[in-house]
Amino acid sequence: MSTELSPIVEITGVSKRFGSFAAVDDVNLTIGQGEFFALLGPSGCGKTTLLRMLAGLELPTEGRIIIDGQDMSGVPANQRPVNMVFQSYAVFPHMSVLDNVGYGLKVSGVARSEIRERAQDALALVKLGDFGHRMPDQLSGGQRQRVALARALVKRPKVLLLDEPLSALDAKLREQMRLELVNLQETVGITFVIVTHDQDEALSMASRIAVMEAGQVRQLAPPAELYEFPKTRFVADFIGSVNMFEGKVEAVEGDVIRLSCPGLERPIEVEQPDTPPIGSTAWAALRPEKIDISKEPPPDPTVNTTPGKIEEITYLGEVSIYHVRISDVLPLVKVAMANIDRVTRRPFTWEDEVYLCWTRQCGVVLDR
Amino acid sequence: MNLAKVFRNREPIGPLEYTRRTWMRLTLLATFVFLYAPIVTLVAFSFNDSRRNIVWRGFSLKYYEQALANDGLIEAFVNSLTIAFVQTIIATILGALTALLLWRFRFPFRGGYEGAMALPIVIPEICMGVAMLAFFSRIGWPTDLPWPLNLSAITIAHVSFSFPFVAVVVRARLEGFNRELSEAAQDLGATEWQVFRDVMVPFMRPGLVAGALLAFTLSLDDFVITFFTSGPDTVTFPVKVYSMVRFSVTPEVNAASTVLIAMTVVLTVLALWLQSRAKLKPEEVAG
Repeated sequence: MSTELSPIVEITGVSKRFGSFAAVDDVNLTIGQGEFFALLGPSGCGKTTLLRMLAGLELPTEGRIIIDGQDMSGVPANQRPVNMVFQSYAVFPHMSVLDNVGYGLKVSGVARSEIRERAQDALALVKLGDFGHRMPDQLSGGQRQRVALARALVKRPKVLLLDEPLSALDAKLREQMRLELVNLQETVGITFVIVTHDQDEALSMASRIAVMEAGQVRQLAPPAELYEFPKTRFVADFIGSVNMFEGKVEAVEGDVIRLSCPGLERPIEVEQPDTPPIGSTAWAALRPEKIDISKEPPPDPTVNTTPGKIEEITYLGEVSIYHVRISDVLPLVKVAMANIDRVTRRPFTWEDEVYLCWTRQCGVVLDR
Repeated sequence: MNLAKVFRNREPIGPLEYTRRTWMRLTLLATFVFLYAPIVTLVAFSFNDSRRNIVWRGFSLKYYEQALANDGLIEAFVNSLTIAFVQTIIATILGALTALLLWRFRFPFRGGYEGAMALPIVIPEICMGVAMLAFFSRIGWPTDLPWPLNLSAITIAHVSFSFPFVAVVVRARLEGFNRELSEAAQDLGATEWQVFRDVMVPFMRPGLVAGALLAFTLSLDDFVITFFTSGPDTVTFPVKVYSMVRFSVTPEVNAASTVLIAMTVVLTVLALWLQSRAKLKPEEVAG
């Protein structure tokens, strides 16, 4: 995907060390023009440090950052063609909304009349056109965030950096803002780089996601690829929910891997192009919504199946999660079923003896 | 029954309703009496038509006229105000910069520096007065300069004991500063100086005003340190009043003191008003 787009940000061998601790460890990334790029990872994985290095608020210990063809080493934060939306929004409390938005233009010496006009346009863009005269303490959290957005967009940066922009909003507003951010990005055409620890946020907004752990990028892929074909156990576990079966690769027939797992009667069969060597340890990762529950074993012998007993049911509204005991040596397997009928007519209940089945195309086999 | 309830509040006293407890009310009353009764007496007797401060003999403004005609007293008054104004400006700037330095940077012996800075707050004034006297005579600070330069020694002494108060107040204010604010300004293209002017100073303003007020009053009524650093030509108001009182407390002293009290009250109210106006200003402009 990135090959189609001309690169706007190139990060080459960038590390940031605090003493012996590497917050960011040899990261290489290329972000394309007009992308909505997400840095996703648990707290402390170095994603915010990486973002701050793009903004120039931290300097890399090693490596090079090129933005729009220009080497950023030695370019201070106030001269970089990027702007940032901070986690706390950092709206100046002593300035009116209009002055906040116009501040970036004011310090760059833009004429007063133009500042007013452009600030007003930016406010209209985030649907706060009538709020210019208000003070920040008269705004709600969501409105303050829009002010921070307008303030960062008004200078027409090459790249807009967003540091956990939605984490302080309530669930409903967060969902709405996700859509608005995507629309806004399409309207202005600026490259967005967002840092988040929320996988839903990254999956729903980003065109590409870099999953980070311990200062390194573990996988870089579009959302669907990341979810369906995770490369490591960490990524599979971090994005969404997953059932993990550890086992040994027993056989490989063409594209089909046979993985024998302790606690399962039959080996798990998975069809995937890249296959691990026979005899190696591997893990089968299986999403809860890809498993089906039935009373009878499936007739098709190519379908993976195993008997089990429902131990717990978690009702979540649109889906129910069934926790199924397959064997004493395995953790409970989670199976998600959409609640198509009302819950009173649930097809299965506690202590039911059932069969779990999933096709060969459902899971992935991971070697690390 | 309702009426009875209105007149006699029978509801039990809540755990936080301190003002409904008798012992609390009595403490409050006693505090007010001990704090303000002497001041009220002083002000009242400045209008007394008697040479002595004991019996009320009728209203008169003649001691105000007398105080105004007392050149020594007026000179001391002007000296005090001059010192207070000049030293407040210096102490506020110095204190604010010290607070910023301690808040923003990490450097060796920072803790020691912070402790040393707070010393003038805890050192007994008498020690500081003697130290100042010894210091100025040791380095041979000139005493025969023309006015207002002859006040420089006192001004320097006042700055040295009042700037730590400003620093402490501003430092406390800075603890609540969100660093993302200055980073946001920087990110938007502001230089170090613009960040300081547009973000840091407005944030510090309440601390600066409070610190300046504190420094001003500390300077205006300081006796001990001033006494040691003043010469025969550089008498300040408290020192002058002291010398007058040594003979007897005349209503003239009362009158001069009342003027001083009135001035400090007016200045405080002015400062508070300015502060609240600065807060409302952008709204007024928009409205």
